[in-house]
Amino acid sequence: MKENPTVITGTVGVDAHVIGTKVLSRALRDAGFNVVELGALTPPEEFIKAAQETDADAILMSSLYGMAEIDVRGFKEKCLEAGLEDIVLYIGGILGVSRHKFADDVAKFKELGFDRVYPPEADLDAAIEDLRTDLKAKGKL
Amino acid sequence: MSRINIFIDFGSTYTKMAAFDLDNEELLARIQVPSTVDVDITAGLEDAFTELSKEIKIGAEDRRRAIACSSAAGGLRVVCVGLVKEYTTEAGRLAALGAGAKIVGEFSYDLSAGELDEIEEMDPDIVLLTGGTDGGNKKVIVRNASLLARAGENIRNIIVAGNKSAYDDIHAIFGDSKKNVIFTKNVMPEIGTLNVGPTNCVIRELFINRITEAKGITKAKKIIGDVIMPTPSAVLEAAKLLAEGTTKCPGLGELLVVDVGGATTDVYSVAMGFSSKKAVHIVGLPEPYIKRTVEGDLGLYHNLVNLQELAQAESVPEHFEEIVEDLRRNREIMYDDTRVEVHLLLSRLAVDTAVTRHVGRIEMIVTPGGDMPVQRGKDLTAVKNVIGSGGAISFSPQPKDVLEGALFRDTEQHILKPIAPQLVLDERNILFSVGLLAGTDSVKALSIGRKYLRYL
Repeated sequence: MKENPTVITGTVGVDAHVIGTKVLSRALRDAGFNVVELGALTPPEEFIKAAQETDADAILMSSLYGMAEIDVRGFKEKCLEAGLEDIVLYIGGILGVSRHKFADDVAKFKELGFDRVYPPEADLDAAIEDLRTDLKAKGKL
Repeated sequence: MSRINIFIDFGSTYTKMAAFDLDNEELLARIQVPSTVDVDITAGLEDAFTELSKEIKIGAEDRRRAIACSSAAGGLRVVCVGLVKEYTTEAGRLAALGAGAKIVGEFSYDLSAGELDEIEEMDPDIVLLTGGTDGGNKKVIVRNASLLARAGENIRNIIVAGNKSAYDDIHAIFGDSKKNVIFTKNVMPEIGTLNVGPTNCVIRELFINRITEAKGITKAKKIIGDVIMPTPSAVLEAAKLLAEGTTKCPGLGELLVVDVGGATTDVYSVAMGFSSKKAVHIVGLPEPYIKRTVEGDLGLYHNLVNLQELAQAESVPEHFEEIVEDLRRNREIMYDDTRVEVHLLLSRLAVDTAVTRHVGRIEMIVTPGGDMPVQRGKDLTAVKNVIGSGGAISFSPQPKDVLEGALFRDTEQHILKPIAPQLVLDERNILFSVGLLAGTDSVKALSIGRKYLRYL
């Protein structure tokens, strides 16, 4: 149980889009979270190392270049391997290329081990509320 | 006659002594004799004084005022124990190197019983315990502390520089253990922020107060003024002073020092290392403004075989192997042309390899938006001065050739070595004296330092 849970943010893979994760980080900080901001172009392993060192409660990944599936395949397994079995995982952004249904993205990324999946124009306040709910459910808040 | 100030460096091979007339900012004499630290440090010290007396007249008072640095008795041996290898273990390593230490072991995550045995066998002077950002992971550093608390006598001094939120627990763990435990600020208070200064200071204090005693260096203190720092620290202080200058006198600006010794090649950079190009993405832990690296495999005597192997990739002169063998046995080189050539080749390789490992590099990664340059480590392309030090360079017949090994190469543009620096020589190999003097009289130290540098 923590008063200010620690969360890791960043854009995963070789994606240079940094605005989304910056806006998200700011909103999380304003909401009282302790935010470790890894920024753009963050390799998936870096999220894990930072989470280990900071004893993070959640990882919130951004991806806007359509390659997220390739970047995060096996990420949940790596978390398990690194002793982060309990960490809350979120991902949001443009998660696939060409026309497709967002519902398919949700199903795909949940299958990959993410607790929640957001479209690019998600509501930040709602997402932060979701995060509080999920952290409470795991006894982290 | 003005007072004579004597500075001493107890090295693992040689004990070096330099005598200055500080009023006239003049080097009066510099000598070296074989070290006797493993037997009785004072024997070599007396030999050195005898040798020095042959060149200048020194009084009892001059001897008592002498101050020294030491890398003898194996140097200052540190084991780093951290959490994530690339984060707090690395931050600990950088902090220890910056304090002039020799890293004898590195461990990450929860220590196993076997690893604890390994550490005990290493018989380190200091264990530097890190782990967790402030408010971050507590479990691992606390568990590692409890293992270290139960360890045997070989683990005496422990510096704790990790997650501050774990300090009360760690304090309780060491409660009545006989170990000397010192708490200082976290080397990595948050991800991506390095804070090596406080740990540097604690390591140095420990060196002066306890470790010199354990190594028998204290015996020398009865004869001379004091042994105040490990030798690499002295060189680092000199590098810092020469780069930054004092309030009255400007320094040389950002610089790199390469010191090729018998067992190691040390590289020091005093430079911010920001990227010189736009649109470069920086990754990895930021590196300290004053950074030291030690290449334990690159020496011109004790481990010559490594340089010999590296040289095979170059075109080597005739009788190369024999001459190297000779160097290994005798150390002294006869200055006939091929011998000189071999010595130059090996020293240049040591400089080249050590600087390549010290500087940062650029890697191109492919993204959907095109290639993107990513930098890891310090960009030293714009550094203004490269100073060569240590016997192999200082006394080389062609120091310029040797130092050119430190330069940027068009064929390896991703390696961020200095592009067009002024090459400078510590001609008399006295940088350690400049560093030793810097603490008490930085103005004199700076002008002496500058005076005895030769621009190549």
